Amino acid sequence: MPVSNNNVVASVRKGSIAQKAPGAKSNKTSSKKKDEEEGVDTGDGWDEWSHGKALTKPPDQLELTEEELKTELTRILTANNPHAPQNIVRYSFKERSYKPTSVVDQMAVHFVLDGSLLHQDSDEARRLRAKEGLPEETATVDTGTEPEEEKPETPATPVEDGGEVGEAGEEDRPDSVASKTDKKEPKITNQFNFSERASQTLNNPLRERSCQTEPPPRSIFSATANQWEIYDAYAEELQKQEKSKEKQKAVPSKKDNDISKKKMMLTETQSDDIGKVDKASKIFERMVNQNIFDDIAQDFKYFEDASDEFRDQEGTLLPLWKFQYDKAKRLSVAALCWNKKYQDLFAVGMGSYDFSKQGCGMLVFYSLKNSAFPEYIYPTSSGILCLDIHEQHSYLVAVGFYDGCVAVYNLKEEGVEPVYKSTAKTGKHTDPVWQVRWQNDDMDNNHNFYSVSSDGRVVSWTLVKNELVFTDIIRLSLNGAVSEGPEGAQQPSIACGTSFDFHKQIDYLFLVGTEEGKIHKCSKTYSSQYLETYDAHSMAVDAVKWNHFHPKVFISCSSDWTVKIWDHTINTPMFTFDLLAAVGDVAWSPYSSTVFAAVTTDGTVHVFDLNINKYEAICQQPVVAKKKTKLTHIEFNPIYPIIIVGDDRGYVTSLKLSPNLRKKPKSKKGQEMPKGPEVEVAKMEKLLSLLREPEQSTV
Amino acid sequence: MAEVEETLKRIQSQKGVQGIIIVNSEGIPIKTTLDNSSTVQYAGLIHQLVMKARSTVRDIDPQNDLTFLRVRSKKNEIMIAPDKDYFLIVIQNPSD
Repeated sequence: MPVSNNNVVASVRKGSIAQKAPGAKSNKTSSKKKDEEEGVDTGDGWDEWSHGKALTKPPDQLELTEEELKTELTRILTANNPHAPQNIVRYSFKERSYKPTSVVDQMAVHFVLDGSLLHQDSDEARRLRAKEGLPEETATVDTGTEPEEEKPETPATPVEDGGEVGEAGEEDRPDSVASKTDKKEPKITNQFNFSERASQTLNNPLRERSCQTEPPPRSIFSATANQWEIYDAYAEELQKQEKSKEKQKAVPSKKDNDISKKKMMLTETQSDDIGKVDKASKIFERMVNQNIFDDIAQDFKYFEDASDEFRDQEGTLLPLWKFQYDKAKRLSVAALCWNKKYQDLFAVGMGSYDFSKQGCGMLVFYSLKNSAFPEYIYPTSSGILCLDIHEQHSYLVAVGFYDGCVAVYNLKEEGVEPVYKSTAKTGKHTDPVWQVRWQNDDMDNNHNFYSVSSDGRVVSWTLVKNELVFTDIIRLSLNGAVSEGPEGAQQPSIACGTSFDFHKQIDYLFLVGTEEGKIHKCSKTYSSQYLETYDAHSMAVDAVKWNHFHPKVFISCSSDWTVKIWDHTINTPMFTFDLLAAVGDVAWSPYSSTVFAAVTTDGTVHVFDLNINKYEAICQQPVVAKKKTKLTHIEFNPIYPIIIVGDDRGYVTSLKLSPNLRKKPKSKKGQEMPKGPEVEVAKMEKLLSLLREPEQSTV
Repeated sequence: MAEVEETLKRIQSQKGVQGIIIVNSEGIPIKTTLDNSSTVQYAGLIHQLVMKARSTVRDIDPQNDLTFLRVRSKKNEIMIAPDKDYFLIVIQNPSD
């Protein structure tokens, strides 16, 4: 409002007619003229020179003479608008009558100028630019300062409005105009005098605060994932899963587990370090021994005595390893037995045959792979006289003692005590047990074995849970039949069993050798009588053994220096060999029905092959270092061509049979050599038939 | 434990055995009968060899494993038995 008022004043002062739009224009131009005259470019006029300085006059300007121009017209300005109506009445609905409005707006608008600045991107500016054909830079500036050209376009309405305002004095108009200008140029309030004021609040000084955490520990990990590592990882995972499953199952019995675990932990911690190399150290012992006894190992495997070819029938024995354990040095070897499953392993029972030198005994296991030290050692309180390893369960070993006990050792169990042992309560023998032998499992699948003792009993022992159950099979008596009367009264008539053997095929049939030199053929089912009695020897029968192949043939040996071969259907011996020394033991070979070996107390091993020589041994070889040493026992290895012999000084010697001792019958050229038990049976049968016929013919 | 000690003693007393070394899985000798420097040398070198050998065996068949390694040389024989956590080295001169 004040602007417009000023304009009014100025125009009046200049003397130009206070007209509406044209007046304003002339006013402007006149001011421009003045500027030019002064030669000063005002802020508005600095665009003038771009158009040239020619004075332009609106065509409709009044032509006034000099005089007219100079005459002064006096006008008085009042605050009242002379054109404003004083008699406006309005209908009042409240009072239901026309009422004069006392207050009338006195404001008169004489000049309205819309802002001349345009936004350069607005439509109008573009239009202008197009019209003028000017370059963009100047466009905005020009538009502001070229009223002439602008006028016809934009002010068209404001001019008329202004007129109307002036004449009609409408109240709304100026507002609308103002709002229009506002809308058009919202930023510009004052086109002449821009002032921009800014103040800045005090800025807080910037602060930077930072802290560094301790870097997490790093480690470089690298690994190659090869196939077995992946496999191991999977295996471990599987184990974990299984464990967790077990845990879930074993929750109720956790307490017990904990206790046992603790115990386990204790034992584990005790044997932490070196205990873990237990197995490795055992391997090493064997390896070191293999290196030391390399030549023997080579001999064992490959050496064949070439001189046999020139020796016709005779053979030799090549000594291999010698097994000896320091702590058992004074004991004599009382029993030998090969393990059927691990053919390099054999058991040695140590005791004493001397009545006056009884003491402790020892059960030791040697492997051919380690001759220097036994694999297992079980010291016993009484001397061992016999033992047997179970054929199927090779970890079970039955042992008979001098004190009449029988016991069973389990190699799988830790500790040196037997898992089963007979006591006085459970029918232990009252005299030394001379032989034990495993039998097939009974109907309830319990393991059982038989024993024979000089108290005249043959007893069957059954392993039931954790005790030995005994059953007397037979009581031996001197006079043919088993004593029937009240016991004790017939005491002297009891025969002392010293050895027995069970028939290989006929389950119930077995032989018992006695101290009196008789051999009884018995049956498990008839406990009251013998099936047969052979008047075999004049001294105690040390061993009696069935042939491995021929079902009728058995062999016996005795301290009366003889070895006899029998057909159990005939009660006279088929062969008799005098070895000129007490025979400790005799054994059939596992590879031929006609080969057997015997040891005598003069330290000699005798090997016979009846197929080759029916009268003499094909090998007689002393195998002990000292003359006085007596050989006590002999065993053939089930597969290798070696024998082991034990002596009364605790030594066990292994010997290899030379080729002549295991010679097969000569085969006709081009003919396949038949093999198998049938052949062996036939071989023996042939020999026997040769002997029988002459007998029959003589009879 | 005593049993192992005894076994080791027996091995040491055997003919031609020059030394026994027990090495853990990292190749650090735990027990030895040799002097310090040669123990360290044996342990370090053989550990690598065993690992390589084992790796070879297991790469061929992951279910398989190395149980024994013998290195026969002009002067002696080095025998290695790798166990789970430890392995045993025995040096023996078989011709002694």
